[in-house]
Amino acid sequence: MTLYIDIGALEDIPAQGARVVRTSEGCVAVFRTADDRVFALEDRCAHRGGPLSEGLVHGDRVTCPLHGWVFDMNTGEAQGADKGRIRTFAAKVEGGRIFLDAALLKRRSAA
Amino acid sequence: MKQRLVVVGAGMASGRMLEHVFEAAPDAFDVTLFNAEPRGNYNRLMLSPVLSGEKTYEDIVTHDGDWYAAHGVDCRFGEPVVRIDRANRVVYSNAGGVPYDRLVIATGSAPFILPVPGKDLPGVVTYRDLEDTEAMIAAGLAGRDAVVIGGGLLGLEAAAGMAARGAKVTVIHLMGHLMERQLDPAAGYLLQKDLERRGIRVHCKGATKAILGKGRVEAVLLEDGMVYPADIVCMAVGIRPEVRLANDAHLEVNRGVVVDDAMRTSDPAILALGECVEHDGQLFGLVAPLYDQAKVAARTLLGEEAAFRPVQTATKLKVTGCDLFSAGDFADGEGREDILFRDPGRGIYKRLVLQDNRILGVVMYGDTGDGAWFASLMKDGTDISPMRDTLIFGPAYQGGTAPDPLAAVAALPPEAEICGCNGVCKGRIVDAVLGGAVTLDAVRAETKASSSCGTCTGLVEQVMAATLGESFVKPAAQAMCKCTGMSHEDVRRLIHSMGLKSIPAVMQELGWKTVGGCHSCRPALNYYLISEWPLEYQDDRQSRLVNERNHANIQKDGTYSVVPRMWGGVTTPAELRAIADAAEKYAVPMVKVTGGQRIDLLGVRKEDLPAMWADLNAAGLVSGHAYSKGLRTVKTCVGSEFCRFGTQDSTGLGIRLEKLLWGSWTPHKVKLGVSGCPRNCAEATCKDVGVVCVDSGFQIGVAGAAGMELKETQLLATTPSADEAVEIITAFIQLYRESARYLDRPYKWVAKVGLDWVKSQVVEDPVMRRALCERFEISQSVYRRDPWAEHAAPTERAKWGPLADLTLEAAE
Repeated sequence: MTLYIDIGALEDIPAQGARVVRTSEGCVAVFRTADDRVFALEDRCAHRGGPLSEGLVHGDRVTCPLHGWVFDMNTGEAQGADKGRIRTFAAKVEGGRIFLDAALLKRRSAA
Repeated sequence: MKQRLVVVGAGMASGRMLEHVFEAAPDAFDVTLFNAEPRGNYNRLMLSPVLSGEKTYEDIVTHDGDWYAAHGVDCRFGEPVVRIDRANRVVYSNAGGVPYDRLVIATGSAPFILPVPGKDLPGVVTYRDLEDTEAMIAAGLAGRDAVVIGGGLLGLEAAAGMAARGAKVTVIHLMGHLMERQLDPAAGYLLQKDLERRGIRVHCKGATKAILGKGRVEAVLLEDGMVYPADIVCMAVGIRPEVRLANDAHLEVNRGVVVDDAMRTSDPAILALGECVEHDGQLFGLVAPLYDQAKVAARTLLGEEAAFRPVQTATKLKVTGCDLFSAGDFADGEGREDILFRDPGRGIYKRLVLQDNRILGVVMYGDTGDGAWFASLMKDGTDISPMRDTLIFGPAYQGGTAPDPLAAVAALPPEAEICGCNGVCKGRIVDAVLGGAVTLDAVRAETKASSSCGTCTGLVEQVMAATLGESFVKPAAQAMCKCTGMSHEDVRRLIHSMGLKSIPAVMQELGWKTVGGCHSCRPALNYYLISEWPLEYQDDRQSRLVNERNHANIQKDGTYSVVPRMWGGVTTPAELRAIADAAEKYAVPMVKVTGGQRIDLLGVRKEDLPAMWADLNAAGLVSGHAYSKGLRTVKTCVGSEFCRFGTQDSTGLGIRLEKLLWGSWTPHKVKLGVSGCPRNCAEATCKDVGVVCVDSGFQIGVAGAAGMELKETQLLATTPSADEAVEIITAFIQLYRESARYLDRPYKWVAKVGLDWVKSQVVEDPVMRRALCERFEISQSVYRRDPWAEHAAPTERAKWGPLADLTLEAAE
């Protein structure tokens, strides 16, 4: 079972925007869609490491701001002709708060 | 002996529960009912008709004193419970204690009050119970200004009710569209249009900053500076479960009182139901699940097995004439598909969300007749694959035809302008076609439409197609992106002709094939709307690409570069000092002079940007817009002031042009140069606009480039007067803003429309030229401002850093 940690309010992220969360795994981009769902993905494009958190969010996809690769935020899979996959992390919204997979926090304490 | 049942709260949930109890076992309990409100149960859902005057309180009572008396209930109305003693099983009001064997908590919820200054002023009300409703009515609504904060279900019902009593109502909503929990942006747009048609003003993306007034509410101030006058303010921003009693009694409480499937709290003698409970992490605001809870609670009280299983419920807005329906889950998602139907002419929108050939969600606006049918297919999990092709048309579908791609053009009225250059309306083209002009050339010859800049050619062809039917074969235009079949030019013209003022409006009225667009069309639409409606359109920051959203240039490693504006390339020791200080303070790894004669500070971390801008702003420096599809720099040489060859004050002209043009958004970046003599030290002849000063005056060249392609400027005009040069350049930029396709540099645009046409507009026709300059000035009254200053405020800075830092938390 996934344990979750409260990382902030949904309203801290603009709709169709993103904010980053620093973790021991590197920066995680937390996206908010137009219909108020959240997705958490590694904040590095599979192509040249661009910050996906600065990409344009459309539906449940995000376009990398550097060279325009598009990723499905559900799977982290690159779309179209591009090949590649980025890590995704469990995330959810409850009562206006955003919860992320607490494992992102734990691995650090173990280290 | 009868069991003693105490119920706290006489709302819709507990009323329904008691009905079930008395029906199944009339003599099982001695019931005591406490209620904070001085009355029995009424149908809260019907408060809006009471507010609007369509019903009275008497019409909406469901369980009055007589009903309770008939069932032997000891009613304690107007007597709030203050404490529960679980150890001794007694509840206390201020009048004393009542012992219980079973206790039911049904305390409902309380309206959420925004913690803004002025929230306690007289005239600020919530919309929750009969007192609130009566307070609004008593305020005397006719002719008064009313502001409703919150554009959800409740807020809109309050707004419609007050409007029906003659108030001038404004709705402030924090989100991008109304009822965002129930509707997607397209349906939200249609709802807004309907409300505006009935005189209710809607302000989305509006964050309330304060409620203003001396001794009584007078106005509402928003974060963006808007002020709306208000004699009454209704807060309808949400509800929170009323859990104080349960908390004090040390029952398990999260957001609501935690209950199991049988509606039992953490104390098995105590049940809870209604809006105060939390079941499986979920809260409940709609009535259908509350009635299900009432049924389960009654059976639990009677010792029977029952389990509460929440089902997806549908929403309808109780505002006459606004026909909307939403049910289920209509978010996008992996493996989910949409079936979309838009009929812009009739204001109809229907969307089904499918997964594995089953309906997951429905959103409908304008025609909701089939809503229940879709909802039942959803509830039953029916496999819809056999009827997939015709599903969206509903159960009564009888071989309809596919939606008409020409509908948007066909729906335009005859007086809608099609060709802006020559002022030709649709009716004139239709007449020409009916009169025998069946080819584009014939229509051009007859009406002049599409014979100038040509950007309306696609639309003219569509008008011809709509008039001639299938006999007209239209050459295929390149579509803007995969979301639409229309070209950039058609979309621009239709934004103008149809008066479309938001991205959802464009997507709905022009029949977008996707729900929310893509990274290609959204930035383009955002630009077209800014250009067309500078005073009315609200910029959509999330539809801007990264550099414009963050007002700095993103570098390959995710850091940014900052370029302060140096007007005409001129700076001062004090400015240089401020730039040097900022470079040191924020540990800028590289300071570089750009090709446009500005200083570039490379390698700045995103979270440092606002503080750095604040420092630069304090020294008088503003954004250089080195990132923007807008005016970048005006490069100059020193000109007649110092140079022994200089013929005119090229530096002064450069500064004047930059101060005039800065801040304007354009289809692509725009760079200028002003050289003081034909030696051309400012390299003005490869710029979008380049001026070469000569003894007799100013040579204005346009459409140069030194990027992917190399182009020398072409001569637009020569004029002896600096004032006229400035006017011609301004008009040129505005013409480019109004008619170029997004992401076309001026050289590409001029190649498409022809330099002769550009000359005819901005050089040869002084009336047109002045009109273009006026429109430019109107836009600049909004957009000639420093984007850095807006984000440099200390309150804004937190938004630029990480949302959370888990590495720090772990270390603690």
